[in-house]
Amino acid sequence: MMLVPCAWCGPRDAAEFQHVGEAVARPDVGSATREQWRAYLYLRANPCGWTTETWYHRMGCRKFISVERHTETNEIRAVRAAGAAQ
Amino acid sequence: MQALTNGYRQDRRRVAYPAKYSGLNLFRRGLMHQEWPPAWRHHDLKGSYDVVIIGGGVHGLAAAYYLAANHGITDVAVLDKSYLGSGGSGRNTAILRSNYLTPEGVRFYDRSIQLYRQLAADLDFNVMFSRRGHLTLAHSDASLRTMRWRAEVNKAQGVDSEVVDPAEVKRLAPFIDVSLQARYPVLGALWHPPGGIIRHDAVVWGYARGADALGVHIHQNTEVTGIDVTDGRVRGVRTTRGDIATRVVLNATAGWATLICDMAGVELPIQTFPLQAAVTEPVKPFLSTVIVSGTLHVYISQTDRGELVFGASVDPFTSYSMRGSLEFIEGLAGHVLELMPALSKVRVLRQWAGLCDMTPDFSPVMGHTPVDGFLVDVGWGTYGFKAGPVSGEAMANCIASGQTPEIIAAFGLDRFAGGVLVGEKGAAAVGH
Repeated sequence: MMLVPCAWCGPRDAAEFQHVGEAVARPDVGSATREQWRAYLYLRANPCGWTTETWYHRMGCRKFISVERHTETNEIRAVRAAGAAQ
Repeated sequence: MQALTNGYRQDRRRVAYPAKYSGLNLFRRGLMHQEWPPAWRHHDLKGSYDVVIIGGGVHGLAAAYYLAANHGITDVAVLDKSYLGSGGSGRNTAILRSNYLTPEGVRFYDRSIQLYRQLAADLDFNVMFSRRGHLTLAHSDASLRTMRWRAEVNKAQGVDSEVVDPAEVKRLAPFIDVSLQARYPVLGALWHPPGGIIRHDAVVWGYARGADALGVHIHQNTEVTGIDVTDGRVRGVRTTRGDIATRVVLNATAGWATLICDMAGVELPIQTFPLQAAVTEPVKPFLSTVIVSGTLHVYISQTDRGELVFGASVDPFTSYSMRGSLEFIEGLAGHVLELMPALSKVRVLRQWAGLCDMTPDFSPVMGHTPVDGFLVDVGWGTYGFKAGPVSGEAMANCIASGQTPEIIAAFGLDRFAGGVLVGEKGAAAVGH
Protein backbone atom coordinates (compact mmCIF):
# COMPACT_ATOMS: atom_id res chain seq x y z
CA MET A 1 0.00 0.00 0.00
CA MET A 2 1.29 3.44 -0.90
CA LEU A 3 0.80 6.23 1.63
CA VAL A 4 0.30 9.86 0.66
CA PRO A 5 0.83 12.30 3.58
CA CYS A 6 -2.08 14.71 3.19
CA ALA A 7 -1.30 18.23 4.40
CA TRP A 8 -4.49 18.14 6.51
CA CYS A 9 -5.25 14.47 7.26
CA GLY A 10 -1.77 12.98 7.68
CA PRO A 11 -0.65 9.74 5.96
CA ARG A 12 -3.52 8.12 4.06
CA ASP A 13 -3.86 5.29 1.52
CA ALA A 14 -3.09 6.53 -2.01
CA ALA A 15 -6.36 4.93 -3.20
CA GLU A 16 -8.22 7.77 -1.41
CA PHE A 17 -6.58 10.32 -3.69
CA GLN A 18 -7.00 11.32 -7.30
CA HIS A 19 -3.81 12.08 -9.19
CA VAL A 20 -4.25 15.43 -10.97
CA GLY A 21 -0.72 15.90 -12.27
CA GLU A 22 1.38 18.91 -13.11
CA ALA A 23 -0.29 22.25 -12.40
CA VAL A 24 -0.42 24.31 -15.61
CA ALA A 25 -1.58 27.94 -15.75
CA ARG A 26 -4.48 28.58 -18.15
CA PRO A 27 -3.48 30.97 -20.94
CA ASP A 28 -5.53 34.07 -21.68
CA VAL A 29 -8.45 33.01 -23.91
CA GLY A 30 -8.40 36.18 -25.99
CA SER A 31 -4.74 36.24 -26.96
CA ALA A 32 -3.55 32.59 -26.75
CA THR A 33 -2.13 31.12 -29.97
CA ARG A 34 -2.90 27.60 -31.19
CA GLU A 35 0.50 26.41 -29.95
CA GLN A 36 -0.18 27.82 -26.48
CA TRP A 37 -3.54 26.06 -26.33
CA ARG A 38 -1.94 22.84 -27.44
CA ALA A 39 0.63 23.14 -24.67
CA TYR A 40 -2.04 23.96 -22.11
CA LEU A 41 -4.32 21.10 -23.14
CA TYR A 42 -1.86 18.32 -23.85
CA LEU A 43 1.75 18.98 -22.88
CA ARG A 44 2.76 17.91 -19.38
CA ALA A 45 6.16 17.19 -17.92
CA ASN A 46 6.79 13.44 -17.82
CA PRO A 47 10.09 13.16 -15.93
CA CYS A 48 11.70 10.01 -14.62
CA GLY A 49 12.76 11.41 -11.24
CA TRP A 50 11.54 14.04 -8.79
CA THR A 51 8.45 15.96 -9.84
CA THR A 52 6.01 18.35 -8.19
CA GLU A 53 2.37 17.59 -8.89
CA THR A 54 -1.15 18.07 -7.57
CA TRP A 55 -3.18 15.36 -5.84
CA TYR A 56 -6.82 15.64 -4.75
CA HIS A 57 -7.93 13.99 -1.51
CA ARG A 58 -11.15 12.72 -3.08
CA MET A 59 -12.27 10.38 -0.28
CA GLY A 60 -10.98 12.49 2.58
CA CYS A 61 -10.83 16.24 3.16
CA ARG A 62 -11.52 16.94 -0.54
CA LYS A 63 -8.70 19.46 -0.73
CA PHE A 64 -5.92 19.76 -3.28
CA ILE A 65 -2.33 19.18 -2.17
CA SER A 66 1.00 19.72 -3.86
CA VAL A 67 3.21 16.63 -3.65
CA GLU A 68 6.89 16.14 -4.47
CA ARG A 69 7.23 12.54 -5.67
CA HIS A 70 9.94 10.45 -7.32
CA THR A 71 8.27 8.85 -10.34
CA GLU A 72 10.51 5.77 -10.40
CA THR A 73 10.39 4.82 -6.70
CA ASN A 74 7.11 6.60 -5.79
CA GLU A 75 8.87 8.05 -2.72
CA ILE A 76 7.23 11.25 -1.46
CA ARG A 77 9.42 13.85 0.26
CA ALA A 78 7.39 17.05 0.58
CA VAL A 79 3.69 17.88 0.78
CA ARG A 80 2.00 21.22 1.17
CA ALA A 81 -1.36 22.78 0.44
CA ALA A 82 -1.80 23.38 -3.29
CA GLY A 83 -1.07 27.00 -4.12
CA ALA A 84 0.84 27.56 -0.87
CA ALA A 85 4.33 29.08 -1.05
CA GLN A 86 7.23 26.63 -1.02
CA MET B 1 2.68 9.34 -52.04
CA GLN B 2 4.29 5.96 -52.42
CA ALA B 3 1.96 2.99 -52.58
CA LEU B 4 1.88 0.74 -49.54
CA THR B 5 4.41 -2.02 -49.95
CA ASN B 6 2.81 -5.37 -49.58
CA GLY B 7 4.09 -7.36 -46.63
CA TYR B 8 3.57 -10.77 -48.15
CA ARG B 9 6.27 -13.20 -48.99
CA GLN B 10 6.29 -13.07 -52.77
CA ASP B 11 7.40 -9.38 -52.74
CA ARG B 12 10.20 -9.92 -50.27
CA ARG B 13 13.91 -10.29 -50.69
CA ARG B 14 14.84 -13.91 -50.20
CA VAL B 15 16.37 -14.25 -46.78
CA ALA B 16 19.37 -16.56 -46.43
CA TYR B 17 19.01 -17.71 -42.84
CA PRO B 18 22.04 -19.31 -41.21
CA ALA B 19 19.85 -22.31 -40.42
CA LYS B 20 16.35 -22.78 -41.79
CA TYR B 21 13.87 -23.94 -39.21
CA SER B 22 12.14 -26.93 -40.78
CA GLY B 23 11.08 -30.42 -39.80
CA LEU B 24 13.72 -31.89 -42.07
CA ASN B 25 16.49 -29.76 -40.49
CA LEU B 26 15.28 -30.67 -37.02
CA PHE B 27 15.50 -34.34 -37.91
CA ARG B 28 18.90 -33.99 -39.59
CA ARG B 29 20.45 -31.97 -36.75
CA GLY B 30 19.01 -34.33 -34.18
CA LEU B 31 20.47 -37.27 -36.04
CA MET B 32 23.92 -35.66 -36.33
CA HIS B 33 23.92 -34.03 -32.85
CA GLN B 34 24.46 -30.61 -34.42
CA GLU B 35 23.99 -27.40 -32.45
CA TRP B 36 21.73 -24.69 -33.86
CA PRO B 37 23.53 -21.40 -34.60
CA PRO B 38 22.40 -18.39 -32.51
CA ALA B 39 19.30 -16.71 -33.92
CA TRP B 40 21.11 -13.36 -34.16
CA ARG B 41 24.75 -12.36 -33.87
CA HIS B 42 26.75 -9.96 -31.73
CA HIS B 43 28.51 -7.09 -33.52
CA ASP B 44 30.91 -4.35 -32.48
CA LEU B 45 29.30 -0.91 -32.53
CA LYS B 46 30.28 0.85 -35.77
CA GLY B 47 31.05 4.58 -35.85
CA SER B 48 28.25 5.31 -38.28
CA TYR B 49 24.99 3.80 -39.56
CA ASP B 50 22.49 4.95 -42.17
CA VAL B 51 19.64 4.45 -39.70
CA VAL B 52 19.68 4.08 -35.91
CA ILE B 53 16.58 2.63 -34.26
CA ILE B 54 16.25 3.17 -30.52
CA GLY B 55 14.29 0.38 -28.86
CA GLY B 56 14.72 -3.35 -29.46
CA GLY B 57 11.11 -4.36 -29.09
CA VAL B 58 8.62 -5.51 -31.68
CA HIS B 59 8.26 -2.00 -33.17
CA GLY B 60 11.97 -1.28 -33.52
CA LEU B 61 12.89 -4.73 -34.80
CA ALA B 62 9.96 -4.83 -37.23
CA ALA B 63 11.00 -1.44 -38.61
CA ALA B 64 14.57 -2.74 -39.03
CA TYR B 65 13.36 -5.93 -40.68
CA TYR B 66 11.04 -4.16 -43.16
CA LEU B 67 13.72 -1.53 -43.93
CA ALA B 68 15.99 -4.37 -45.01
CA ALA B 69 13.37 -6.68 -46.56
CA ASN B 70 11.14 -4.17 -48.37
CA HIS B 71 13.53 -1.29 -49.07
CA GLY B 72 17.01 -2.81 -49.17
CA ILE B 73 18.35 -0.50 -46.42
CA THR B 74 20.57 -2.80 -44.37
CA ASP B 75 23.07 -0.42 -42.70
CA VAL B 76 20.81 -0.24 -39.67
CA ALA B 77 21.52 -0.46 -35.93
CA VAL B 78 18.87 -1.41 -33.38
CA LEU B 79 19.84 -0.26 -29.86
CA ASP B 80 18.28 -1.48 -26.63
CA LYS B 81 19.35 -0.53 -23.14
CA SER B 82 18.54 -4.04 -21.90
CA TYR B 83 17.76 -7.33 -23.66
CA LEU B 84 15.46 -7.61 -26.69
CA GLY B 85 11.80 -7.47 -25.76
CA SER B 86 12.53 -6.38 -22.19
CA GLY B 87 10.01 -3.55 -22.29
CA GLY B 88 6.42 -3.50 -23.45
CA SER B 89 6.99 -6.27 -26.03
CA GLY B 90 7.56 -8.82 -23.29
CA ARG B 91 5.07 -7.42 -20.79
CA ASN B 92 1.83 -7.15 -22.75
CA THR B 93 -0.93 -9.75 -22.73
CA ALA B 94 -0.33 -10.71 -26.40
CA ILE B 95 -3.88 -10.05 -27.60
CA LEU B 96 -4.42 -9.26 -31.30
CA ARG B 97 -7.56 -7.57 -32.64
CA SER B 98 -8.64 -4.87 -35.06
CA ASN B 99 -12.15 -3.97 -33.84
CA TYR B 100 -11.41 -0.30 -33.26
CA LEU B 101 -13.73 2.70 -33.40
CA THR B 102 -12.34 5.10 -36.01
CA PRO B 103 -11.93 4.15 -39.71
CA GLU B 104 -8.25 5.17 -39.50
CA GLY B 105 -7.71 2.90 -36.51
CA VAL B 106 -9.61 -0.07 -37.95
CA ARG B 107 -7.73 0.08 -41.27
CA PHE B 108 -4.38 0.37 -39.50
CA TYR B 109 -4.84 -2.47 -36.99
CA ASP B 110 -6.43 -4.72 -39.62
CA ARG B 111 -3.29 -4.43 -41.74
CA SER B 112 -1.37 -5.53 -38.66
CA ILE B 113 -3.53 -8.62 -38.22
CA GLN B 114 -2.99 -9.49 -41.90
CA LEU B 115 0.78 -9.27 -41.40
CA TYR B 116 0.60 -11.29 -38.17
CA ARG B 117 -1.27 -14.06 -39.99
CA GLN B 118 1.57 -14.39 -42.50
CA LEU B 119 4.35 -13.76 -40.01
CA ALA B 120 5.36 -17.33 -39.19
CA ALA B 121 5.87 -18.06 -42.92
CA ASP B 122 7.55 -14.69 -43.58
CA LEU B 123 10.04 -15.04 -40.74
CA ASP B 124 10.51 -18.82 -40.76
CA PHE B 125 9.75 -18.69 -37.05
CA ASN B 126 6.81 -20.18 -35.20
CA VAL B 127 5.11 -17.17 -33.59
CA MET B 128 2.20 -19.35 -32.37
CA PHE B 129 -0.61 -17.12 -33.63
CA SER B 130 -3.86 -18.57 -32.36
CA ARG B 131 -6.88 -17.06 -34.10
CA ARG B 132 -9.59 -17.73 -31.57
CA GLY B 133 -12.00 -14.82 -31.59
CA HIS B 134 -12.34 -11.85 -29.28
CA LEU B 135 -15.40 -11.03 -27.13
CA THR B 136 -15.84 -7.54 -25.67
CA LEU B 137 -18.63 -7.68 -23.10
CA ALA B 138 -21.16 -4.89 -22.67
CA HIS B 139 -22.60 -4.36 -19.18
CA SER B 140 -24.53 -1.18 -19.89
CA ASP B 141 -26.71 0.35 -22.61
CA ALA B 142 -24.00 2.90 -23.31
CA SER B 143 -21.33 0.31 -23.99
CA LEU B 144 -23.75 -1.78 -26.08
CA ARG B 145 -24.36 1.33 -28.18
CA THR B 146 -20.60 1.88 -28.64
CA MET B 147 -20.29 -1.76 -29.70
CA ARG B 148 -22.96 -1.41 -32.37
CA TRP B 149 -21.10 1.65 -33.60
CA ARG B 150 -17.79 -0.24 -33.61
CA ALA B 151 -19.37 -3.22 -35.41
CA GLU B 152 -20.71 -0.95 -38.18
CA VAL B 153 -17.38 0.91 -38.60
CA ASN B 154 -15.60 -2.47 -38.71
CA LYS B 155 -17.96 -3.91 -41.35
CA ALA B 156 -17.57 -0.79 -43.50
CA GLN B 157 -13.79 -1.42 -43.44
CA GLY B 158 -14.23 -5.13 -44.24
CA VAL B 159 -13.41 -6.32 -40.72
CA ASP B 160 -15.50 -9.13 -39.29
CA SER B 161 -17.31 -7.87 -36.14
CA GLU B 162 -20.85 -8.23 -34.90
CA VAL B 163 -22.91 -7.63 -31.77
CA VAL B 164 -24.16 -10.85 -30.14
CA ASP B 165 -26.65 -11.49 -27.32
CA PRO B 166 -25.93 -13.07 -23.90
CA ALA B 167 -27.06 -16.53 -25.07
CA GLU B 168 -24.44 -16.46 -27.81
CA VAL B 169 -21.85 -15.24 -25.28
CA LYS B 170 -22.69 -18.25 -23.12
CA ARG B 171 -22.30 -20.55 -26.13
CA LEU B 172 -18.90 -19.08 -27.04
CA ALA B 173 -17.57 -19.00 -23.47
CA PRO B 174 -19.61 -21.32 -21.22
CA PHE B 175 -17.80 -20.33 -18.00
CA ILE B 176 -19.01 -16.73 -18.11
CA ASP B 177 -21.80 -15.83 -15.71
CA VAL B 178 -24.44 -14.24 -17.96
CA SER B 179 -27.24 -14.46 -15.39
CA LEU B 180 -29.11 -11.39 -14.21
CA GLN B 181 -27.85 -12.08 -10.67
CA ALA B 182 -24.39 -10.76 -11.54
CA ARG B 183 -23.43 -7.37 -10.16
CA TYR B 184 -22.96 -6.10 -13.73
CA PRO B 185 -25.12 -8.38 -15.91
CA VAL B 186 -23.85 -9.08 -19.44
CA LEU B 187 -26.21 -7.37 -21.91
CA GLY B 188 -24.38 -8.41 -25.06
CA ALA B 189 -20.94 -8.45 -26.61
CA LEU B 190 -18.92 -7.44 -29.63
CA TRP B 191 -17.80 -10.67 -31.30
CA HIS B 192 -14.67 -10.29 -33.42
CA PRO B 193 -13.63 -13.67 -34.90
CA PRO B 194 -10.25 -12.54 -36.40
CA GLY B 195 -8.89 -11.64 -32.95
CA GLY B 196 -6.59 -13.96 -31.06
CA ILE B 197 -3.38 -14.34 -29.11
CA ILE B 198 0.22 -14.90 -30.11
CA ARG B 199 3.52 -15.64 -28.37
CA HIS B 200 4.97 -12.13 -27.93
CA ASP B 201 8.58 -13.23 -27.29
CA ALA B 202 8.57 -15.29 -30.47
CA VAL B 203 7.48 -12.25 -32.49
CA VAL B 204 10.42 -10.24 -31.10
CA TRP B 205 12.90 -13.08 -31.69
CA GLY B 206 11.53 -13.81 -35.16
CA TYR B 207 11.94 -10.19 -36.27
CA ALA B 208 15.41 -10.04 -34.68
CA ARG B 209 16.47 -13.19 -36.50
CA GLY B 210 15.03 -11.96 -39.80
CA ALA B 211 16.64 -8.52 -39.48
CA ASP B 212 20.01 -10.02 -38.49
CA ALA B 213 19.98 -12.39 -41.47
CA LEU B 214 19.51 -9.36 -43.76
CA GLY B 215 22.50 -7.52 -42.25
CA VAL B 216 20.97 -5.36 -39.50
CA HIS B 217 23.17 -4.95 -36.40
CA ILE B 218 21.38 -5.63 -33.12
CA HIS B 219 23.01 -4.08 -30.05
CA GLN B 220 21.65 -5.12 -26.68
CA ASN B 221 22.75 -3.49 -23.41
CA THR B 222 23.44 -0.28 -25.32
CA GLU B 223 21.74 2.69 -23.70
CA VAL B 224 21.29 5.96 -25.57
CA THR B 225 22.60 8.86 -23.49
CA GLY B 226 22.16 11.71 -25.95
CA ILE B 227 21.11 12.71 -29.46
CA ASP B 228 23.15 15.29 -31.38
CA VAL B 229 21.00 17.82 -33.19
CA THR B 230 22.50 20.82 -35.01
CA ASP B 231 20.61 23.29 -37.20
CA GLY B 232 17.39 21.32 -36.70
CA ARG B 233 18.87 18.09 -38.09
CA VAL B 234 19.99 14.87 -36.45
CA ARG B 235 23.76 14.26 -36.64
CA GLY B 236 24.35 11.35 -34.32
CA VAL B 237 23.54 9.35 -31.24
CA ARG B 238 25.64 8.98 -28.08
CA THR B 239 25.47 5.66 -26.28
CA THR B 240 27.09 3.93 -23.33
CA ARG B 241 29.20 1.94 -25.83
CA GLY B 242 30.35 4.88 -27.99
CA ASP B 243 29.08 7.53 -30.38
CA ILE B 244 27.35 6.83 -33.69
CA ALA B 245 27.14 9.26 -36.59
CA THR B 246 23.80 8.97 -38.39
CA ARG B 247 21.30 11.09 -40.28
CA VAL B 248 18.18 9.14 -39.38
CA VAL B 249 17.06 8.19 -35.86
CA LEU B 250 13.81 6.39 -35.09
CA ASN B 251 12.52 6.52 -31.53
CA ALA B 252 10.64 3.21 -31.12
CA THR B 253 10.66 3.10 -27.33
CA ALA B 254 7.72 2.67 -25.01
CA GLY B 255 7.78 4.01 -21.48
CA TRP B 256 10.92 6.04 -22.08
CA ALA B 257 9.67 7.73 -25.28
CA THR B 258 9.42 11.19 -23.74
CA LEU B 259 12.91 10.91 -22.22
CA ILE B 260 14.41 10.03 -25.64
CA CYS B 261 12.45 12.81 -27.34
CA ASP B 262 13.66 15.29 -24.70
CA MET B 263 17.22 14.49 -25.88
CA ALA B 264 16.28 15.61 -29.38
CA GLY B 265 14.22 18.57 -28.15
CA VAL B 266 10.85 17.23 -29.36
CA GLU B 267 7.88 17.73 -27.05
CA LEU B 268 5.36 14.90 -26.83
CA PRO B 269 1.83 14.99 -25.39
CA ILE B 270 2.54 11.77 -23.48
CA GLN B 271 2.23 10.67 -19.86
CA THR B 272 3.68 7.37 -18.68
CA PHE B 273 1.50 5.05 -16.58
CA PRO B 274 2.25 1.50 -15.40
CA LEU B 275 -0.14 -1.26 -16.41
CA GLN B 276 -0.22 -4.46 -14.41
CA ALA B 277 -1.00 -7.98 -15.51
CA ALA B 278 -0.98 -11.41 -13.88
CA VAL B 279 -0.91 -15.07 -14.83
CA THR B 280 -2.36 -18.12 -13.04
CA GLU B 281 -1.24 -21.70 -12.72
CA PRO B 282 -2.00 -23.82 -15.80
CA VAL B 283 -5.40 -25.52 -15.98
CA LYS B 284 -7.05 -27.67 -18.62
CA PRO B 285 -8.13 -25.79 -21.77
CA PHE B 286 -11.63 -24.39 -21.19
CA LEU B 287 -11.53 -20.87 -22.63
CA SER B 288 -11.32 -20.75 -26.41
CA THR B 289 -11.80 -16.98 -26.84
CA VAL B 290 -10.33 -13.76 -25.52
CA ILE B 291 -12.72 -12.10 -23.03
CA VAL B 292 -12.65 -8.35 -22.39
CA SER B 293 -14.85 -6.35 -20.05
CA GLY B 294 -14.46 -2.59 -20.03
CA THR B 295 -16.76 -2.10 -17.08
CA LEU B 296 -14.85 -4.60 -14.94
CA HIS B 297 -11.44 -3.39 -16.22
CA VAL B 298 -10.25 -6.87 -17.11
CA TYR B 299 -9.25 -9.05 -20.05
CA ILE B 300 -8.75 -12.79 -19.89
CA SER B 301 -7.22 -15.32 -22.25
CA GLN B 302 -5.88 -18.84 -21.85
CA THR B 303 -2.45 -19.56 -23.28
CA ASP B 304 -1.52 -22.74 -25.13
CA ARG B 305 0.10 -23.94 -21.88
CA GLY B 306 -3.20 -23.53 -20.04
CA GLU B 307 -2.29 -20.51 -17.92
CA LEU B 308 -4.87 -17.75 -17.66
CA VAL B 309 -3.47 -14.32 -18.51
CA PHE B 310 -5.24 -11.37 -16.88
CA GLY B 311 -4.73 -7.75 -17.79
CA ALA B 312 -6.29 -4.56 -16.50
CA SER B 313 -6.40 -0.84 -17.12
CA VAL B 314 -3.48 1.46 -16.32
CA ASP B 315 -2.63 2.42 -12.73
CA PRO B 316 -4.33 5.58 -11.45
CA PHE B 317 -1.21 7.77 -11.42
CA THR B 318 1.85 8.34 -13.61
CA SER B 319 4.98 6.42 -12.70
CA TYR B 320 8.04 4.67 -14.12
CA SER B 321 7.86 2.02 -11.40
CA MET B 322 7.38 -1.51 -12.69
CA ARG B 323 6.53 -3.12 -9.38
CA GLY B 324 3.24 -4.89 -8.80
CA SER B 325 0.84 -3.83 -6.08
CA LEU B 326 -1.46 -5.80 -3.78
CA GLU B 327 -4.40 -3.42 -4.45
CA PHE B 328 -4.17 -4.33 -8.11
CA ILE B 329 -4.23 -8.10 -7.68
CA GLU B 330 -7.07 -7.88 -5.14
CA GLY B 331 -9.17 -5.74 -7.46
CA LEU B 332 -8.34 -7.89 -10.47
CA ALA B 333 -9.22 -11.16 -8.72
CA GLY B 334 -12.57 -9.70 -7.67
CA HIS B 335 -13.36 -8.63 -11.21
CA VAL B 336 -12.36 -11.97 -12.72
CA LEU B 337 -14.62 -13.79 -10.26
CA GLU B 338 -17.52 -11.49 -11.18
CA LEU B 339 -17.19 -12.85 -14.72
CA MET B 340 -16.17 -16.44 -13.99
CA PRO B 341 -17.09 -17.54 -10.46
CA ALA B 342 -15.75 -21.05 -11.23
CA LEU B 343 -12.16 -19.74 -11.09
CA SER B 344 -12.26 -19.06 -7.35
CA LYS B 345 -9.82 -21.89 -6.53
CA VAL B 346 -7.26 -21.04 -9.23
CA ARG B 347 -4.01 -19.59 -7.87
CA VAL B 348 -2.16 -16.61 -9.34
CA LEU B 349 1.46 -17.50 -10.11
CA ARG B 350 2.94 -14.08 -10.73
CA GLN B 351 2.15 -10.48 -11.59
CA TRP B 352 4.17 -7.79 -13.33
CA ALA B 353 3.90 -4.28 -14.74
CA GLY B 354 4.86 -2.58 -17.99
CA LEU B 355 4.98 1.08 -18.94
CA CYS B 356 2.30 2.64 -21.14
CA ASP B 357 2.79 5.96 -22.91
CA MET B 358 -0.69 7.42 -22.88
CA THR B 359 -1.67 10.08 -25.43
CA PRO B 360 -4.71 12.36 -25.01
CA ASP B 361 -6.72 10.55 -27.73
CA PHE B 362 -5.57 6.93 -27.20
CA SER B 363 -3.92 6.84 -30.62
CA PRO B 364 -0.17 6.63 -31.31
CA VAL B 365 2.19 9.34 -32.49
CA MET B 366 4.01 8.27 -35.67
CA GLY B 367 6.09 9.82 -38.41
CA HIS B 368 8.32 12.87 -38.85
CA THR B 369 8.96 15.50 -36.19
CA PRO B 370 10.10 19.14 -36.39
CA VAL B 371 13.69 17.82 -36.09
CA ASP B 372 14.89 16.69 -39.51
CA GLY B 373 15.83 12.99 -39.53
CA PHE B 374 14.29 12.30 -36.12
CA LEU B 375 11.22 10.09 -36.43
CA VAL B 376 8.91 8.78 -33.75
CA ASP B 377 6.87 5.60 -33.37
CA VAL B 378 5.67 6.24 -29.84
CA GLY B 379 2.61 6.87 -27.68
CA TRP B 380 1.55 3.24 -27.86
CA GLY B 381 -0.44 3.28 -24.66
CA THR B 382 -2.09 -0.07 -24.09
CA TYR B 383 -2.33 -1.17 -27.74
CA GLY B 384 1.26 -1.21 -29.02
CA PHE B 385 1.98 -4.91 -29.37
CA LYS B 386 -0.89 -5.67 -31.75
CA ALA B 387 0.33 -2.87 -34.04
CA GLY B 388 3.96 -4.03 -34.22
CA PRO B 389 4.13 -5.35 -37.81
CA VAL B 390 2.14 -2.56 -39.47
CA SER B 391 4.08 0.10 -37.53
CA GLY B 392 7.38 -1.42 -38.59
CA GLU B 393 6.22 -1.61 -42.19
CA ALA B 394 4.88 1.95 -42.21
CA MET B 395 7.90 3.46 -40.41
CA ALA B 396 10.28 1.64 -42.78
CA ASN B 397 8.33 3.11 -45.68
CA CYS B 398 8.43 6.53 -43.98
CA ILE B 399 12.23 6.37 -43.58
CA ALA B 400 12.90 4.99 -47.06
CA SER B 401 10.61 7.37 -48.96
CA GLY B 402 10.98 10.43 -46.74
CA GLN B 403 7.21 10.82 -46.90
CA THR B 404 4.41 9.83 -44.58
CA PRO B 405 2.53 6.74 -45.82
CA GLU B 406 -1.22 7.18 -46.05
CA ILE B 407 -1.96 4.47 -43.49
CA ILE B 408 -0.32 6.49 -40.68
CA ALA B 409 -1.13 10.00 -41.98
CA ALA B 410 -3.77 10.47 -39.28
CA PHE B 411 -1.32 9.72 -36.45
CA GLY B 412 1.15 12.63 -36.95
CA LEU B 413 2.50 14.73 -34.10
CA ASP B 414 0.96 17.85 -35.67
CA ARG B 415 -2.60 16.61 -35.07
CA PHE B 416 -2.59 18.00 -31.53
CA ALA B 417 -1.92 21.59 -32.60
CA GLY B 418 -4.43 21.23 -35.43
CA GLY B 419 -7.05 19.70 -33.13
CA VAL B 420 -7.63 16.69 -35.43
CA LEU B 421 -7.46 13.94 -32.84
CA VAL B 422 -8.16 10.27 -33.60
CA GLY B 423 -10.35 9.44 -30.61
CA GLU B 424 -9.97 5.76 -29.80
CA LYS B 425 -10.81 5.89 -26.11
CA GLY B 426 -14.07 4.02 -26.70
CA ALA B 427 -12.23 1.03 -28.21
CA ALA B 428 -8.68 1.19 -26.87
CA ALA B 429 -9.13 1.90 -23.18
CA VAL B 430 -10.30 -0.95 -20.99
CA GLY B 431 -11.52 1.40 -18.30
CA HIS B 432 -13.75 3.61 -20.45
